[in-house]
Amino acid sequence: MMRRSTASMTIGISAAITLLSFATLAGCKHSKPANAGLKATAQGTALVESSGDHQVGVTGTALKDPLVVQVNDDQGTAVPGALVEFHGSAGVSFDPAAAITDSGGQATTSVTLGAIAGRYELSAATPGKVKPVSLEIVETALGYQERVGSILADKYCSRCHDPESSPQRVSNYDNLEVKPHSFTDGSTLNKMSDADLTSIILHGGPALNRSALMPPYGITLMASDVKALIAYTRAVSDPPYQPPGTVYERK
Amino acid sequence: MQPIRKYLSSVWQALFGDPVRAFGVVSLILLLALAIAPAKEHFSQWHSYQRKYLALIHDRGDALSLRRRFVPGIHQIWLPELGVVDRCTTCHLGLNEASLADVSQQPFRKHPVVPHSLDGFGCVICHGGQGQATTIAEAYHSERAGEEPILPTRYIESGCGQCHQNALPGTPQLNLGRTILTRYGCVHCHAITRPDGSKVEATDHPPSLAHIADKTTREWIFSWLKDPQAYAASTTMPNYKLSDGDASDISAYLVSSSKPQAGDSAAPSAKPAAAADPAAGPSLYGESFCASCHAVQNAAGNLVGGDLGPELTRIGNKAKPEWLAAWLENPRVYDSTTPMPNYRFTPQQNATLVAFLQAKSDSDFGTGVHLDAASPQQIAHGRKLIVELGCAACHEINGVQGPENFAPDLSTIGSKPLAQIVFLPGMEHSLPSYIAAKIRQPRAFGSSVKMPQFTLTAAQTDALTTALLALTARSRAIPDNLRVAAVPDTKYQPAGHAGKLIAELACFSCHRFNGRGGDMAPDLTWEGSAVQRQWLMDFLHNPNTLRPSLIRRMPRFNLSDSDNKELTDYLLTVYQSPAIDADLFSAITNSADAVEHGRQLFYSKYACQACHIVDTKADKGYIGPTLTQVGSRLTPGWVYAWLKNPQALRPGTTEPNQNLSDDDARALTAFLMSQKGPGGRGAKQ
Repeated sequence: MMRRSTASMTIGISAAITLLSFATLAGCKHSKPANAGLKATAQGTALVESSGDHQVGVTGTALKDPLVVQVNDDQGTAVPGALVEFHGSAGVSFDPAAAITDSGGQATTSVTLGAIAGRYELSAATPGKVKPVSLEIVETALGYQERVGSILADKYCSRCHDPESSPQRVSNYDNLEVKPHSFTDGSTLNKMSDADLTSIILHGGPALNRSALMPPYGITLMASDVKALIAYTRAVSDPPYQPPGTVYERK
Repeated sequence: MQPIRKYLSSVWQALFGDPVRAFGVVSLILLLALAIAPAKEHFSQWHSYQRKYLALIHDRGDALSLRRRFVPGIHQIWLPELGVVDRCTTCHLGLNEASLADVSQQPFRKHPVVPHSLDGFGCVICHGGQGQATTIAEAYHSERAGEEPILPTRYIESGCGQCHQNALPGTPQLNLGRTILTRYGCVHCHAITRPDGSKVEATDHPPSLAHIADKTTREWIFSWLKDPQAYAASTTMPNYKLSDGDASDISAYLVSSSKPQAGDSAAPSAKPAAAADPAAGPSLYGESFCASCHAVQNAAGNLVGGDLGPELTRIGNKAKPEWLAAWLENPRVYDSTTPMPNYRFTPQQNATLVAFLQAKSDSDFGTGVHLDAASPQQIAHGRKLIVELGCAACHEINGVQGPENFAPDLSTIGSKPLAQIVFLPGMEHSLPSYIAAKIRQPRAFGSSVKMPQFTLTAAQTDALTTALLALTARSRAIPDNLRVAAVPDTKYQPAGHAGKLIAELACFSCHRFNGRGGDMAPDLTWEGSAVQRQWLMDFLHNPNTLRPSLIRRMPRFNLSDSDNKELTDYLLTVYQSPAIDADLFSAITNSADAVEHGRQLFYSKYACQACHIVDTKADKGYIGPTLTQVGSRLTPGWVYAWLKNPQALRPGTTEPNQNLSDDDARALTAFLMSQKGPGGRGAKQ
């Protein structure tokens, strides 16, 4: 008697669990697809980036400029009316997440990066005439420390280290006999250790037998400022910076 | 009924029929009941995260040290004086583990580097949420009364703003939000009291409308009220979404209540030079550096110029020429507290500038606006609307008192209970989303909402939301020693005739003296110790640029010789730094050896040419001031003290402190003081 009732209870519970998990799965399947309500009227064969790649933003906030991609056909002409979907890792959001290209063949979205600092590899995809085409886009989100570094770099460093010149902010880069390295110049800066970068910031170029045009900032900046500057250069480095030492990976 | 009863009685019999068996069954039930609590704990969310954490660190090279620091069970950061009871670290186990920097799996990530320690401040002070909760649902997503979901990362700087009432270098978004709060005049209607009791003061300068009819027409007021941004895209005046009738009635009241100001209606006495020389207007506008404060939209639609004064793209549509002439003649007659300087233009210059500005008009603006003369009822209705909409909270209006506490006090808006908020359908139920939505579209919350439509970008809305979220009840409860006070401007006022001149020239709009003034131009608190008399006289007479890379520059004021002398004397006498030794270099400055040694140091050891120009042919440095005439401009005592420690004289200046020895600083000073510039202007002295 007892055994039978236990058995029937077990069956009942497992049935309930199965039902529940089906319901959950079905619920997931029913979540709204990104391209709901969008109808593509044309298809291209290539996807190219127009603007908005390689931006440096702040964790959890929208990037300053929108991401614009263009769908082309095999002649390289822009294709209006094609569907473009944007994808990113967890935490990244796009507004809109899918779009139909405008008369210039371009699709525009506003990107908000996730709460974790670092490089974000995003992608744009279009179904394509022959096969699906996708495009990789890299954006960088700065955390608190890296952003403090970017603000300090803007005040103390970028007038010489950033060759980009504008009427509002004329670069001093071209005026210098020994050219400073851009902070994104990973091929050079990645080879320098944190200790080297620290000493060149603290004591100036001559500390590492480099140009005296780089002055010492050891008294002007606090130790935490120097760390922030280094964290910033590491964050925007291209190619990306790999920290030295043992990398602990799961076996 | 019968079979069920029979079935139950047989079960009863089977379980408890025999006393020994009954004892066994009761013991089993007791055991199960006792197991409920441990089982509940075993299957709890935090316990499963602790097991996952142990699995995560198990295979790592540093597993041993990580495991040694791992303590099973509920963790808690308890800070009674801050009211913090945070159990977040029960699951967020890697926050303090530097070696977990490569782990991206939550909740085990290392906390990013921030200035405060987790053990000293806990988590919820910055992140919000419920610190005592030990499940995700309760800690992050609770909407119950008195509870608040966790703060989205985009507003995280509001956490800093609870203690830091001053502008922090690392919180640009919070700083921008606070600037908007004062610059867009939010605090004219909404009172905000800081935790230390001081009031947040507005920094905008809403014009007085007491003499508005002298300045412009009723038709312009009508078009402006209907859509301020159509006239000037950059204006901070919000759109009240008025009907044609209401805008017409308000304009009627403003014009009818306006009292004429002497001088505003006098026709200009001189003819503009534009007829003879079409370039005279633009060049006068350019050399007066009007663009340092006023913006104008260029052909591409971009605003070019500063934002201290109103945008002038369509000024010709607005200002009457007689008023403009009187305003340029002396702005303080119309508005005694305006940030606009008195340029002392000649009548000819004044007329030229009026003609140039009048030509800045847009034929599309305000077309088709024809207002019939208003009846007394319409004027009375206009006054009623002005009272209802609170126009006098910002503007001085004849016959209408400025309202007190016109809109809700926002001093603790960051702790507004969710239960008191009426959310719109489909809106996320959280305080940040409510505040952001209210800023974005106030009238969406009901037609009776008086708050007007502001024109803010998405980034500005986020910043303003951040600044408002910082106004929490907690920010008032924290101990005083943790609070960093705001640094409001002092009430410093220079005295005498020179003080009157400084007010007329509106020096405070750009320069700072003794903790009061703008930040567009250098702080002049120690200017008297820094510069030489003849240079200052020449500079005030005709300012030449010191920093080639700047676009905003000191305008030329047509000072009389006596005013110039008065101002120079005052600046040199009053603004003296006690740290500068004026007599330091009287004897050794001219030593040729010292000059040569200084030159060596300048070009090789310290490589000053990276940023400064001494020899215009060889040097290219484009960041610091040009030093070709520094020997006739600055005093040796100042140069020496500056070289020793620039930040001591001007906090925040970018020139690094190079830790010069006294000898090196003396030699460099000697070299710099030998730079008298072409023509040797300094040699005359």
